[in-house]
Amino acid sequence: MQNLLIKKTSQTPEIRLDAEKGELCFCGRSLPEDASGFYKPVFDWINNFTSESPRKCFIRFELDYFNTASAKSIFAILNKLEQMNHLGTNMVIEWWFDAEDEDMRDLGKEYIDLFTVNIVLKPRS
Amino acid sequence: METKKPSFQELVYNFHETIRPLDVKLIYEGEINHEIMKVFTSLTENGLRSEEFPGQKKVFNVMVECLQNISRHADPVDGIKQENIGHGIFLISNNEKELTIVTGNILKKDKESFLIEKIDKINSLGKDELRDYYKTVLKDNSISEKGGAGLGFIDIARKTGNKLTYSFYPIDENYSFFIMSAKIDK
Repeated sequence: MQNLLIKKTSQTPEIRLDAEKGELCFCGRSLPEDASGFYKPVFDWINNFTSESPRKCFIRFELDYFNTASAKSIFAILNKLEQMNHLGTNMVIEWWFDAEDEDMRDLGKEYIDLFTVNIVLKPRS
Repeated sequence: METKKPSFQELVYNFHETIRPLDVKLIYEGEINHEIMKVFTSLTENGLRSEEFPGQKKVFNVMVECLQNISRHADPVDGIKQENIGHGIFLISNNEKELTIVTGNILKKDKESFLIEKIDKINSLGKDELRDYYKTVLKDNSISEKGGAGLGFIDIARKTGNKLTYSFYPIDENYSFFIMSAKIDK
């Protein structure tokens, strides 16, 4: 299965999806106008990845800022990951944020409340 | 043609005189699209950086949501070309006490009651209730046809911690001018 690499821009994050290592990274800021269009290849990739029944998966969200349209897409991504977890994939999801950034911490907490899959808050000092 | 020129000059002069005593840092009237949003947000980011204002990221956040609201939802008046969708006014005022972001755009009258209901509801909620409301809308899978997630106003209210102020001015029987302001305390 192919890896997916989307390079960072001033408006969109770097996304690295590595099938072999089972590592997924989202890093930077995300404020595309059409967030569902931007994240479409990510969904497709995760769907394919899920169908390979991976044994484990490590996911790192390291976002400085995202708009509300992206918040919905992140919800949908976590939803997919949760399904994968229920199908038996071992999963670690880390939510990194600047230790002083309460807004990003709270956004992470909100996802924690909405999902049963384990999401770990990782303050960066 | 001869008489039009001085009237534009007058317009600009009167405009300048009107905003001179105010703390207006930026005012823009025209098409609001993703490129314009990029320019304004980076201008503001750079401008605020020198001020060492800790809420600078909130300002960026609120600006993005306000501008994307206009580019998604401002209605073109009938008879005006479709390309004119997403027209609006954007204003930033900044003083020692607070930073205010004001947007104005044309809307079809039939959207008025929906917006009033939505903003009044948001304004009636406390911090924890807003958080619950955010989560409810976040997990509700429907995204409006224009790609808005219905979260924008909630997010603006949460990030600023202040009530949203709004008004509608009737244009004709079909359209209103919708104005919204968000305040960020310093």
